[in-house]
Amino acid sequence: MANEGSILTAADLAGNGVRGDDPDVHGKFGIFGGRYVPEALIPALDEVAAVYEKAKHDAEFIREFDHLLRTYAGRPTTLTDVPRFSEQAGGARIVLKREDLTHTGAHKINNVLGQALLTKRLGKKRVIAETGAGQHGVATATAAALLGLECVIYMGAVDCERQALNVARMKLLGATVVPVTNGSQTLKDAINEAFRDWVTNVDSTHYLFGTVAGPHPFPEIVRDFARVIGVEARRQILELTGRLPDAVCAAVGGGSNAIGVFHAFIDDQDVRLHGYEAAGHGLESGEHALTLTAGSVGVLHGSRTYVLQDDEGQTIESHSISAGLDYPGVGPEHAWLKDSGRATYRGVTDDEAMAAFSLLARTEGIIPAIESSHALAGALELGRELGPEAIILVNLSGRGDKDMGTAMKYFNL
Amino acid sequence: MTTLQTVFAKAKADNRAALVGYLPAGFPSKDGAIAAAAALVEAGCDVIEIGLPYSDPLMDGPTIQDAVHRSLSNGTRIADVMRTVEGVAATGAATLVMTYWNPVDRYGAERFARDLANAGGVGTITPDLTPEESEPWRAASASAGIDTVFLVAPSSTEARIKAVVDCCTGFVYAASLMGVTGARETVNVAAEGLVKRTREHTGLPVCVGLGVGTGAQAAEVATYADGVIVGSAFIRRLLDAPDEAAGRESVAALARDMAQGVRRS
Ligand SMILES: Cc1ncc(COP(=O)(O)O)c(C=O)c1O
Repeated sequence: MANEGSILTAADLAGNGVRGDDPDVHGKFGIFGGRYVPEALIPALDEVAAVYEKAKHDAEFIREFDHLLRTYAGRPTTLTDVPRFSEQAGGARIVLKREDLTHTGAHKINNVLGQALLTKRLGKKRVIAETGAGQHGVATATAAALLGLECVIYMGAVDCERQALNVARMKLLGATVVPVTNGSQTLKDAINEAFRDWVTNVDSTHYLFGTVAGPHPFPEIVRDFARVIGVEARRQILELTGRLPDAVCAAVGGGSNAIGVFHAFIDDQDVRLHGYEAAGHGLESGEHALTLTAGSVGVLHGSRTYVLQDDEGQTIESHSISAGLDYPGVGPEHAWLKDSGRATYRGVTDDEAMAAFSLLARTEGIIPAIESSHALAGALELGRELGPEAIILVNLSGRGDKDMGTAMKYFNL
Repeated sequence: MTTLQTVFAKAKADNRAALVGYLPAGFPSKDGAIAAAAALVEAGCDVIEIGLPYSDPLMDGPTIQDAVHRSLSNGTRIADVMRTVEGVAATGAATLVMTYWNPVDRYGAERFARDLANAGGVGTITPDLTPEESEPWRAASASAGIDTVFLVAPSSTEARIKAVVDCCTGFVYAASLMGVTGARETVNVAAEGLVKRTREHTGLPVCVGLGVGTGAQAAEVATYADGVIVGSAFIRRLLDAPDEAAGRESVAALARDMAQGVRRS
């Protein structure tokens, strides 16, 4: 990779094999991950895995991906010091990784561009995707427009309503948006429906999965394409502060932005990794998305991981004010990082997240996504714990434009 | 208790295919499910699959999703599934449970296998349990003395078919098409080829499911398969019936038609 100004090397894309934290041939991170899917999908998953395995070692693929990240997504994204916001964090220095500044406004674009290129290599002309907040749907519709692919997005009917702006964006970009009215009518049901489409149309269609959950190889592929966040951030924070941060914070829905920023720091044992899940109305209320903090080990959407489930394995519906975190499962690598103790996961309530949302807007002139606001709220608390000498890197996974409807209601604007 | 082996041996001796009916437990009601399954047996079904209702049935089309949703709303629990199996097995039909993996995993594989055997169940069909992940379940089933049925699909490579059939006992479930459950206008032509390919790797009976909805389709499938599996078409009739008694009559009529179909070949 002697590409002038390139941000990715082969090793950056696929840090695999170098570390001890890669899944085995069956996609297992310890006891987590694997494949629990209808047999009909196995050949398609095998094909995706094989094409990706080749692509990640192919200089031409890396060059194409790198080119799109730089000239289309707007990478590298900057770091921003937020001193006025940090005053509320006991004076600890909070630094934001600005994924909100990418094209389409969230970290989702990184994975989407990578998988869209894979779709071409798979020789498929149609992509489908699930979306919660609509950010993954918008990013997928965007990449589909760019590469001339047919695009169908499954979105829970409840989410269609709370993220109406993103539904309009997807339509404008030429995608078909299918509101899903089964079950909780949110992200989990959109994923079920997308799998049903995939098993029916697998010859023509790639399922452009949006987070680090699902059956192998999705947790690995999505992580590798999101990995650029941490690769850049590690380099940038060393330049900015002269040292590694004390902690890296990210919101966890399915876990893609979190694993994206965590992964480059996993070997830095002194850097704490903190993931923040949506505590909704609080643990006691039962209305939350505390999969890692309050869930139990089970199987959901093709993968063994932590799940919100009852005593007989029925999925319990999650709740969060943020559609992107409103999911009763989580990526298997996070389950593994939790059990190994390498990462710590905590909950942030709707109210705490909205307070951080408003605080960042007022103190720094940045309106974050409500998902990302969970990480901001977590960092405020962590800063008070770690003290004024601490440096905390927060992945600002997306911007809040899509959340104006929710904010107007919440704050009576 | 009627075993799968006896069922298929008898069907073979009669020179016909076996008829396998699927209904979810707890639908249209807890007792209604047992009564509907008994009506199927009376009308000529040899094997009954009792579906264990699951919140995220990603292999199922709208008909089964709807029935399962109603069943869960009726408060169906695994104990109800076991009671349903007990009631259906008492009719003399070989009775299996069809279930996504997570409820079994959560319940405990050994406990589930034992309770199912005690209820008179003869085995399970697990559509989302791949051979790679199936070891604990096969061990638990073997020690409880129940069969394990897994699925092959039109997309399965020879190597996959071999891996799947090596995990099967009782019979092999051949999914006729790439897609979710639901009755279709025609049974996919891929089904026959898949049955042929599967037979190259196993001496077990091969049953075809997904998309079979009429007696004529059952007759067609019976020309090349050892068993014909029907689910959504029965459930559709239960959903459309004005009350449970009418539903029972309606599914019995369809089952009779199918039972003739599997004997026509
Ligand atoms: C801005 C933003 N952050 C975070 C998430 C949560 O997803 P993940 O946990 O995969 O990063 C989403 C999902 O829609 C999102 O839009």
